[in-house]
Parts: sequence; structure tokens; C-alpha cells
Amino acid sequence: FAGLADVSIAEDIPVEGEITVPVGSRSPDEDYSTLDEPVRDTIMRDLKAVGKKFVHVMYPKKSSALLRDWDLWGPLVLCVSLALMLQGGSADSKDDGGPQFAEVFVIIWFGAVVITLNSKLLGGTISFFQSLCVLGYCVLPLTVAMLVCRLVLLAGSGTVSFIIRLIVVAAMFAWSTLASTAFLADSQPPNRKALVVYPIFLFYFVISWMILTFTPQ
Amino acid sequence: IVTALVMYLFAEFDDAANLLAANPDATTISIDEPAEISKNPHGRLQEPGREEDDELLGTDDSDKTELLAGQKKSAPFWTFDYYQMFFDVDTYQVLDRIKGSVFPVPGKNFVRLYIRSNPDLYGPFWICATLVFTIAVSGNLSNFFIHLGKPTYHYVPEFRKVSIAATTIYAYAWLVPLALWGFLMWRNSKVMNIVSYSFLEIVCVYGYSLFIYIPTAILWIIPQKVVRWVLVIFSLCLSGSVLVMTFWPAVRDDNRRIALATVGTIVVLHALLAVGCLAYFFDAPELDFPAPIIPVHNGTTVLTKSQ
Repeated sequence: FAGLADVSIAEDIPVEGEITVPVGSRSPDEDYSTLDEPVRDTIMRDLKAVGKKFVHVMYPKKSSALLRDWDLWGPLVLCVSLALMLQGGSADSKDDGGPQFAEVFVIIWFGAVVITLNSKLLGGTISFFQSLCVLGYCVLPLTVAMLVCRLVLLAGSGTVSFIIRLIVVAAMFAWSTLASTAFLADSQPPNRKALVVYPIFLFYFVISWMILTFTPQ
Repeated sequence: IVTALVMYLFAEFDDAANLLAANPDATTISIDEPAEISKNPHGRLQEPGREEDDELLGTDDSDKTELLAGQKKSAPFWTFDYYQMFFDVDTYQVLDRIKGSVFPVPGKNFVRLYIRSNPDLYGPFWICATLVFTIAVSGNLSNFFIHLGKPTYHYVPEFRKVSIAATTIYAYAWLVPLALWGFLMWRNSKVMNIVSYSFLEIVCVYGYSLFIYIPTAILWIIPQKVVRWVLVIFSLCLSGSVLVMTFWPAVRDDNRRIALATVGTIVVLHALLAVGCLAYFFDAPELDFPAPIIPVHNGTTVLTKSQ
């Protein structure tokens, strides 16, 4: 405490100044409020954001746009469309059919949550929703594969169609896994990357399996 | 000598702090004699000739982890950091533990050698998840190949079986260790055992011992009865021996019959899991039946499965 004596301000020196927080001048037109804009603008802005992220997934570059402005619209749309397309499979009453809508939904969302928790527990620096966003968006290639499979199955369901479907699903599975790894791997501690990537691999493998084994009635 | 005394005092404070925090893992470790907490005596208990580097590393680490152990295990269980303690493993550690579960070294204890008071939940959880999907997918593939070419066969992805597989395997991997831990704690109160394991260490051993069933399940696709049963026996021997070598030291000081019964139950349950999965998920490879009988046989097989 003795050393602090010389730090104190002497009484004869007046302490003065201004305690004001500089406020930038706010003119009404600079005030950007989204309340008055037409509905079309609002919707188009969100759609454009989602569309931009789709493009990022299809051509994965090391950009942080996907991570910075996360949204869950894209994953929701993809999940619902994938689950809908997996319906109409062989659902005999006495045999096990394919996965029901709820099962696909739960697997995708629950799987994504578990993988996110796993990467956070292992010491990852990515936030919860950012990781969900990336994993959800990277289901896009597999949704495309599902679309292709259904079209191929319309043409026929022989061995040739199976081989085509196998190749398409395998390629899209690899694309999904590589895209999500490209976005997520940087936020992991370096000696645990494989521990984080493996569950992602398993997740997309299960989804690919569901797509590949889809048989129409 | 002074450092040793200081270390011992720290261990005592550690002990008290852990008991006060009512932390289940730390409490379990502290039930043993104080030597259990620091790894030095255990390094000497193992044969000094083999793998000295491992033991030296262990004793080296133990000096630092001794001081850190108190700080490591002090997070309350409702915080995220508490669960982060159980995922404190690197890739090479997980791979080492998997290797240790597949190639049992006679005389070495899996828990002492690989886990070393750092039980992780990553291995058990993801090995179980992989096993669930491997069994479901392999079962589906195997049934597809067995029934391929038959005119009445219509392929179905038996998705219901995934949830059944998941329930069974996760129940085995968590409830059996719980029961075993409870049993060992009860025996510990009656008979003083030198070796005792915390609940998470037992879960860890069981989780890693299930790893051998993953390649086994993939190989079960081969529709030959002899091959399948050879695989069952082979994998059971490997992982069963890891379990036996882990738990024998914990019960060997007990009444002879109880010790043998415990170890026997462990092996029998492990075998039941393997045989049960084989029987339920994989249809029996059929011999060449004449044509009229096939639809009936298919029908009965399908009916029994859906029951």
C-alpha cells in the first residue's frame, strides 16, 4: 500500500473533463428498420442467404460465410424434403418397411445434435448452432442423390438401376462428408480431428444407407 | 523426502476435497488405500521388466496429474465442464485403447495399462453407435444375399431393427457395468479388495471390449453357419479374455466360488449378446430346399421375425 501513495492525485490539481458518450447523429433515413419494407424484400433476403449457403456447400471453399451467418431454414427444408421423399417405400403391414417420416427427422436432428455435442466436448471452438447449421446444409448433396434415385427408380429397378444408384449415392456421400469436414475441421484441436470427423462420417453413412435401400412399393 | 511428504499431503487434501465434493468418481478411487491415488506404487506392482517406457511415462505423468487431478475433477455435475473431463482423449489414445481391447496381452490389465485414471466416454458411446448400425446394416445385407434370387422375396430395409439393436446394445453397455459396479462395491464392503474400479472405468472397459464385434458383424454377412460360429467363438475369446483379465484381480481376494461366479457371469453375458445378435439379425443360411417348400419356409421365417 505504501507504493500507491505516489499514484494518488494531489489535491490542488483540479480534475475536470466531460463525461459524455459520443452518440452518432441519427437521421431518420439512416435508421435501417426492416419493419417498413415490403414482405417480398424480407422473404427474398432470407431466401438469398439460404441460396448462397447452398452454393457454398456445393462448391466448398474455406469461406466463413456459412459459419458466420448461421440459419436453420436450409437444414429444415432439406430434412423435410428428404424425409418426404423417403416415404412411399415398401410399407407392408407385416414386414419392416423403410424409415417413417418421424424416424428420418429424428435421426437427422438428433444425430446432428449429438455430433455437435461431441465436437464441443472434445474441445471444439465452434458454437452449437453454427455446427448444426453446417451439418444440416451438408445434407444437400444427399438430398440431390435421393432425387436422382427416385427418378432412376421410375425408369426401372433392376441391377443396372441399382448400380447407378450406388454410384450416385456413394459420390454424394463422399461430397457431403468432405464438405462438412472442410467447414468443421478447422475449429477442432489438431490432435483430435479424427475423433470429430468419424461421427460425421457415420452420420452421413446412415443417411446414405437409408437412401440407397429405398425400394418403392 | 520433503517432496514426497508434500505430495502425500496434497494427496490427503485431494482425498478430503473429493469426498467433500461428493464426486462419485473421485470418491470411488479414494475408497482404496491412498497408494491407489498416485500411480507410483502401481507402476511397481506390474512386472518391471516389460514395457518400462510405458510405466516410466506413467510415473512421470502421475507427478503432474497428481496436482492437476484435484483441479480436474472439481466441476459440479450440472456444468458442461464436468462432462468435458470425460472426453479428454486424443486420437492416438483412443486408437491405443481399441488396440488393447482387441489384442489382450496376458497378464496386463486393460484398465491399468490404457485407461490410467482417465476413463473416457467417447470410446464406449461411439463404438456402441457404430456397432448398432453395423449389425443392422450387415443383417440387412446378409438377408438380402441369402434370399436373393427367390421369386417370392421382396427386399425390405428392416428399419425397425435399428431401434431394437440400439436398445439392446446400449442397455448392455450401460446396465451391465452398473450392475457389476454395484456388485463389486457391495463385495468391497465385505472383503477388502486391493483393486477396485470406478463406474466409468467399468463402462470404458465394456465399451472398448465391444469393438471386436464390429468386424465380426461385417464378416457375419458370409452365409456359412460354420464361419459364423467360428467368428463368434473367436471374438468372444478375445474380448472375453480382456474382460476376465480386467475383473479377475478385483474379485480374486474374495470367496473362491463368488469370484468364479462373477467372472463366469461376465463371460456368459458377453456370449449371450453375440449369440443373440447373430440369431435375431441374421437369418439362418438355408440349404437347398425343393421349390414348393420355400414360400412356406419364408412365410414362417417372416412371421417369427415379426413376433
